[in-house]
Amino acid sequence: MIDRRLVEYFDWWMLALTAAIVTAGLVALYSAVNAGGGGGQSALFGRQLIWYGLGMMVMITAFIINYKSYERWGHLFYLLCIGLLIAVLLIGKYVGGSKRWLAMGPMSIQPSEIVKLAVIIMLAKYYARVVRPDGLQLRELVTPVIIIAIPFVLIVRQPDLGTAMVVALIAASMTLYVKIKRGTLIGLIASGTLAVPLVWMFLKGYQKQRILTFLNPDRDPLGAGYHVIQSKIAIGAGMISGKGFLKGSQNSLDFLPEQHTDFIFSVLAEEWGLIGAGFVLLVFLLLITWGLQTAQRNRDPFGTILAVGVTTMIAWQVFINIGMVMGLLPVVGVTLPFFSYGGSSVITMMAGVGLLLNVSMRRFMFEK
Amino acid sequence: MRNYLESVDTDWFNQRLVGVLVAVVLAFTVLSIRLLYLQLFEGRELRRLSEINSIRLQDIDAPRGMICDRNGTTVVDNRPAFNVYIILKDAKPIDETVARLGQLLNESPETLMATIQENRKRGGYTPVLLREDIGRDTMAAIEVHKFELPGVQVRVSPRRHYIYDTHAAHLLGYMGEISQEELQGSPFDDCKGGDFIGKFGIEKAYEAHLRGKRGGRQVEVNATGQVVRVLKTVPAQPGQNIFLTIDEELQKRAEALLQDRVGAAVAVEPDTGRILAMASSPAFDPNLFVTGMTRDQWNELVSNPFRPLENKATQAEYPPASTYKIVTALAGLEEKVIDAKTTFYCPGFYKYGNRAYRCWKKSGHGEVDLVKALAESCDVYFYQVGEALGVDRMAKYARAFGLGAATGISLDREGKGLIPTSDWKKKRFGVPWQGGENLSIAIGQGFNLVTPLQMASLAAAVGNGGTRYSPYVIEKIQTADGVVTFQNSPREDGKIKLHAENLALVRQALWQVVNDPKGTAWQSRIQGLHFSGKTGTAQVVSMPKASDGSSGEIDALPKDHAWFVAYAPSENPKIAISVIIEHGEHGSSAAAPVASALIQAYLGDNQP
Repeated sequence: MIDRRLVEYFDWWMLALTAAIVTAGLVALYSAVNAGGGGGQSALFGRQLIWYGLGMMVMITAFIINYKSYERWGHLFYLLCIGLLIAVLLIGKYVGGSKRWLAMGPMSIQPSEIVKLAVIIMLAKYYARVVRPDGLQLRELVTPVIIIAIPFVLIVRQPDLGTAMVVALIAASMTLYVKIKRGTLIGLIASGTLAVPLVWMFLKGYQKQRILTFLNPDRDPLGAGYHVIQSKIAIGAGMISGKGFLKGSQNSLDFLPEQHTDFIFSVLAEEWGLIGAGFVLLVFLLLITWGLQTAQRNRDPFGTILAVGVTTMIAWQVFINIGMVMGLLPVVGVTLPFFSYGGSSVITMMAGVGLLLNVSMRRFMFEK
Repeated sequence: MRNYLESVDTDWFNQRLVGVLVAVVLAFTVLSIRLLYLQLFEGRELRRLSEINSIRLQDIDAPRGMICDRNGTTVVDNRPAFNVYIILKDAKPIDETVARLGQLLNESPETLMATIQENRKRGGYTPVLLREDIGRDTMAAIEVHKFELPGVQVRVSPRRHYIYDTHAAHLLGYMGEISQEELQGSPFDDCKGGDFIGKFGIEKAYEAHLRGKRGGRQVEVNATGQVVRVLKTVPAQPGQNIFLTIDEELQKRAEALLQDRVGAAVAVEPDTGRILAMASSPAFDPNLFVTGMTRDQWNELVSNPFRPLENKATQAEYPPASTYKIVTALAGLEEKVIDAKTTFYCPGFYKYGNRAYRCWKKSGHGEVDLVKALAESCDVYFYQVGEALGVDRMAKYARAFGLGAATGISLDREGKGLIPTSDWKKKRFGVPWQGGENLSIAIGQGFNLVTPLQMASLAAAVGNGGTRYSPYVIEKIQTADGVVTFQNSPREDGKIKLHAENLALVRQALWQVVNDPKGTAWQSRIQGLHFSGKTGTAQVVSMPKASDGSSGEIDALPKDHAWFVAYAPSENPKIAISVIIEHGEHGSSAAAPVASALIQAYLGDNQP
């Protein structure tokens, strides 16, 4: 029943790189939640371990099922995710002024994380059918725009600008990857640029304020601006060799806000210095390159585009999150894959790796 | 199925991937350069900053909006309060610092340490609030010794101040600490635990306007936690100021008149619905809620049988008693049950079924027409009007005057009162309406319940010729810079359809109540200023009787409630008033003089 080639072609490298990152992530999280003599947060580490247990099961499920089934059933998964996003707006939990979570018994899930995978599968399914060497035309872009716009609007409504933007960036990367006709592309860019001032005119005052703060955290020195200052101090203070495990003072003294979610890279860089942070950057780079390698080795357009989608998801989040904590990019709520605390993020990333393993080990089987 | 390989081949995809790879490598190069820059180039300086943990965030509290009367006199503002905080990580050595601070605060170090232990937060850089509102002298002493007190900070924050203590307390309301449930709610997004928010009265109803927006600053501190540099500041935005419709002088007068009594007085402008005064007695001092009260003070407030925390003008519901005869009279005239010439004979009681319903005047009023019946408050006359009308027709007119429904004034927990109908009784008790009950309703007893505010509105509507205005207490709201964000204007709730001659007849009777020697309020008339009104004496149902049924000494207390409603001047009134004095016994002797004094106070100078 099980094809022997599946075992033979299992992608041990991908698994090893993931394991390395997950380990580094758990070490950093342990520091982040155990700082300053404990407090109420130490339990988070245990819960994250449970999430990784679940994540492992999701990953195994994701690579055992032939990925061609995802192509066939992707739209159902997509509809389910859209349903969850609508449910969030209707019955979601309010946390800190936005509704992002759905309570599911003792746990709560964040559908905006999972919907990224649904968008990737839907787009891969569509593009695999219409891709042409000379690139896509405008009318072929109508469907993808609808596929993206629905979750995008629903996520913006929560409001969760960061995640909405990540969804848009992943989709844009995949679209550019399958190529758009040169003329169409130029037209799109031009009209997009022209639309910006027009849209701006129609925004309400507070919406403009939000976008300006989003672009320049210094406008909000008590929130984002302060977080970035503290985060930069923590990272820089790590210097070459770091302050050592559990010795980061910025983190341990409660100076870093949300150090276990969005700002976890700062904890890592403070305690392990350039050596640790550089190592993590390197492993991320390897994982992403290996994801692209997986895409390259697969001969089936759906598998290739799917692998590109998952890889760009990881790449964008790594780039935005680390850029943000180092003060290069605006502060938006984007998690660092495999590092940030949170079940939905862990499961989404593990499922993503599962898909990559799936595409990788079935690279010669698409003819069936 | 279509063969994909006809359109694109693997090589084509591989070419596309090169672009992606280049982009990824570029992005990681940027991240690496930034990391190198922070950790190598700026590392030493950032390490230094991290070791003294020198960048702190401090709150700047927003001053709450002020409350002023119609003339702009401030009645509620904010005063500076000095609070002592300690930052544990900076306060080293802790024992010495606390001991020294204890001397200055006149407090034992043990008590202070106990407070610290109770409130210590994770980390130790979060300031722990030690003592609130320490007063200027103590503050000065701490500032002088600040170098012996590392980690100790005195911060000033605005604190609510009710300038005239108990003055208009029920109207203005009070503040209290925000609760856990309130913190979860979206209207309190920018609140933190420990914040004070409006809990009652205007403070609560206009919380969103009064509360400003908290600001803050990023500061750099030295090793002892003293601020050496302010990096960035976001100023706090003060709350908006509220201007009331209340006339300060009249309000003070009303409170003085109710002093040592239990009851309420409400005055409205008949042509607009503006509340000119709203007093409720006994009152409380809202300042106590700000500074925190002792257990005894709190117990005294909540267990006081005279309910000082209740706004009796809007929340308390009483039987309207004879003041309700205004409604019965108008209903009788409009429904053509009686006219100006209808007379009944009052021998001092009225027999209905096998029971005799008594008139308050034992000897009886003799032959009475409507004007006399109202002026002298003859019960027998109205028993017969009520019997002829029935409860439902009376309820129709009572409702038209706004009785039995909240007026919609923007104050907390407004009472609705109760105007019964036969349907209501069937639903409520499952038994049909009894004919005898019509008689009680006609003279404002039975199930009837009204609030003093509703009765003031009724007086206003009778006074202005039959127009109902929604009563309101807020004239305008403006920002600290004087930009008006809300300007109230009179809102007509509709006209009560009454025939002019019927209204004129009732108004003539109400004039006689005060200005005819036989009228029940003749004692309260004002020389040279004609006003009209109606007395009422509400039976206190729970009045204890001596066990043998005789009126012994026990039923001396509690006595009946005294009512008076009025408008003045009689023609073209400028003020309408309702007064209730709990256990005041007679409307004529207890309530009418209060209304009369208020009318004199208000119209004394403004007389036409």
